[in-house]
Amino acid sequence: MLKYILRRVLMMIPTLLAISVLVFTIIQLPPGDIITSRLQELEAEGQDVSEEQITALRERYNLNDPLPVQYLKWMGGLLRGDMGYSMMYGQSVNSLIWERLGYTLLITITATLLSWLVALPLGVYSALRQYSALDYLATLAALIGLATPSFLLALVLMYLGYEWFGIAVGGLFSPEYAGAPWSGAKLLDLLSHLWIPALVVGMAGMAGLMRIMRANLLDELGKPYVMAALARGLSPVRLVIKYPMRIAINPFISTVGWLLPHLISGSAITSVVLSLPTTGPLLLESLMNQDMYLAGSFLLMLSVLTVLGTLLSDILLAVADPRIRYE
Amino acid sequence: MSELKTQDREESNVDQALAFASPRRLMWLRFRRHRLAVIGGGVLLLLYGAAAFCEFLAPHDPEQRHANYVLCPPQGPRFIDSEGRFHLVPFVYGLRQNPEAGEWAREYVADSARVYPVTFFTCGPRYEMWGLFEADRHLFGAGEGAPLFLFGTDELGRDLFSRILYGARISLTIGLIGVGLTFFIGILLGGLAGYYGGWTDILVQRLIEILMAVPQLPLWMSLSAALPAYWPPLRIYFGVTIILSLMGWTGLARVVRGRFLSMREEDFVIAARLAGAGEIKIIFKHMLPSFMSHVITAATLAVPAMILGETALSFLGIGLRAPVVSWGVLLQKAQNFQAVTMAPWLLLPGLFVVVTVLAFNVVGDGMRDAADPYSAH
Repeated sequence: MLKYILRRVLMMIPTLLAISVLVFTIIQLPPGDIITSRLQELEAEGQDVSEEQITALRERYNLNDPLPVQYLKWMGGLLRGDMGYSMMYGQSVNSLIWERLGYTLLITITATLLSWLVALPLGVYSALRQYSALDYLATLAALIGLATPSFLLALVLMYLGYEWFGIAVGGLFSPEYAGAPWSGAKLLDLLSHLWIPALVVGMAGMAGLMRIMRANLLDELGKPYVMAALARGLSPVRLVIKYPMRIAINPFISTVGWLLPHLISGSAITSVVLSLPTTGPLLLESLMNQDMYLAGSFLLMLSVLTVLGTLLSDILLAVADPRIRYE
Repeated sequence: MSELKTQDREESNVDQALAFASPRRLMWLRFRRHRLAVIGGGVLLLLYGAAAFCEFLAPHDPEQRHANYVLCPPQGPRFIDSEGRFHLVPFVYGLRQNPEAGEWAREYVADSARVYPVTFFTCGPRYEMWGLFEADRHLFGAGEGAPLFLFGTDELGRDLFSRILYGARISLTIGLIGVGLTFFIGILLGGLAGYYGGWTDILVQRLIEILMAVPQLPLWMSLSAALPAYWPPLRIYFGVTIILSLMGWTGLARVVRGRFLSMREEDFVIAARLAGAGEIKIIFKHMLPSFMSHVITAATLAVPAMILGETALSFLGIGLRAPVVSWGVLLQKAQNFQAVTMAPWLLLPGLFVVVTVLAFNVVGDGMRDAADPYSAH
């Protein structure tokens, strides 16, 4: 097992290097750079920008170096834990990202727990009572859930919240608590706002997991060992929980790993719509403004988290399912 | 007694017919039994039909601004007039703004003095059908200046129903063209990797792994942000399609590779090789047809992902842009709290996205069941 993990980690290194080159290429793709767009802004405001100032700016962000050198400098900084400098915010990338990761973590974890709490029992019920009324209802809901873009759900909830309850859905805090220091009341306020983003972010995953759970459990229930166990007089509830469910639950474990990259990007568009203080909108903004170090760091972090998450899932899967062996 | 016999004979006839049916016919029979999938297929046909004939079906020009009817709520045809009398020919009333409602809270009141009958095959704004001929007949309409806005109007007074119909043309084709490209890249690279193995396989595998490790949406976003803003709309459209498919081929390539890998050593392939068939012939004539149905199913299930991708990108303003009308572009108008609460009908394009994606998913599910010869159904 340890050997397997070690080998996987070693194999990750070339993949990650290739990803970093890819990410660097992508952030260099748009024509021009942030200095040119900054200049246009300043000129539009009627300010004169001297040649020296431009060269000074370019010098400061290493924009005059050839691309491979820029890449090496960026990578060197990353290895030292310095993700560069955001030109859009005039702050270091580190300070910007960590600020928002906390809230993102909160929303993602709540969303995941919520989706499991709903998907797991519903999926099991749908499989055990196939073609019952609740099964049809759950299937229909899951199909619609999979077909609805999450930002659309957010917009619909916004409308319904206003029409029915007269509340403005959005944000994580009520205006009076937004700038206030932490207190018990602020925490309660946060909890009362949290469920909508959690529901919206978790919906697609919820629907998908439910479908998979149902399909897998149905496959397992038809196998001879289930029949054999029933014939020997094992109680159906114990049987289902102990054997087929343990196998059918694999997809839940293999998607745990995807949680990590989801932390940053999964809820990007929803967060824009619901104006949440998470990493998603920041990522979007940085991409649109060609804030290359911010965008690049985000993209690279996402990729690293995906690769790490996959590894984590594989290890968890091996622990949960003794049938999985490694060469 | 004799009755039973005829029944027996009939059943054996059916069995015989099934035994001699071609795989394609068997698939079609299995698909037909999937009721939801058949309904989904019907919905898709309807939607694509509407997209093809949108000029004729739309009562208004999608770009025409009805300055007097800005952000007008949906106006369906009426059958019963203000005095409670029933009319066989539906009609719409003229609308005027309620002056008491103030500048921002627009409110329209029906003006029963102005009556516009709704008729079929009326003359309306001129259009050019498929670039072939000019016409001015529309399926239905209520004449010049009539507020027949089935889905309401947007903030410039443009008819949302007509815009959704025109948007269907873009939104529905982007998925198909994208999947076509995906198909090509996926089969080519997956086939190469699976058929030749060795270094080609390792290289393609690594490429797939890398592309899969970079999360899709941010990658789409950064690539779309790279499309220059001065590009003409048509080029942006193809740019977005290519971006969507450049990232989407990995799943299909993996399926194709696995199939090729397992099939390479099959008896019929070895037989073909021994009989002296060329590699191209073996791949396209012998191997590809045996799993084409799976590939087509995978492609059907990939279309909705592309439609959702386009919607999300355009919604964010980095996909298709303004003069082009797509469902994502239309949804952009409903981006904030004010718009959603003041003009909820602006969310209607989203309903079309959901229905389309739902239909594609259901049809794909049905096809998967039908294409699987081992399925119990």
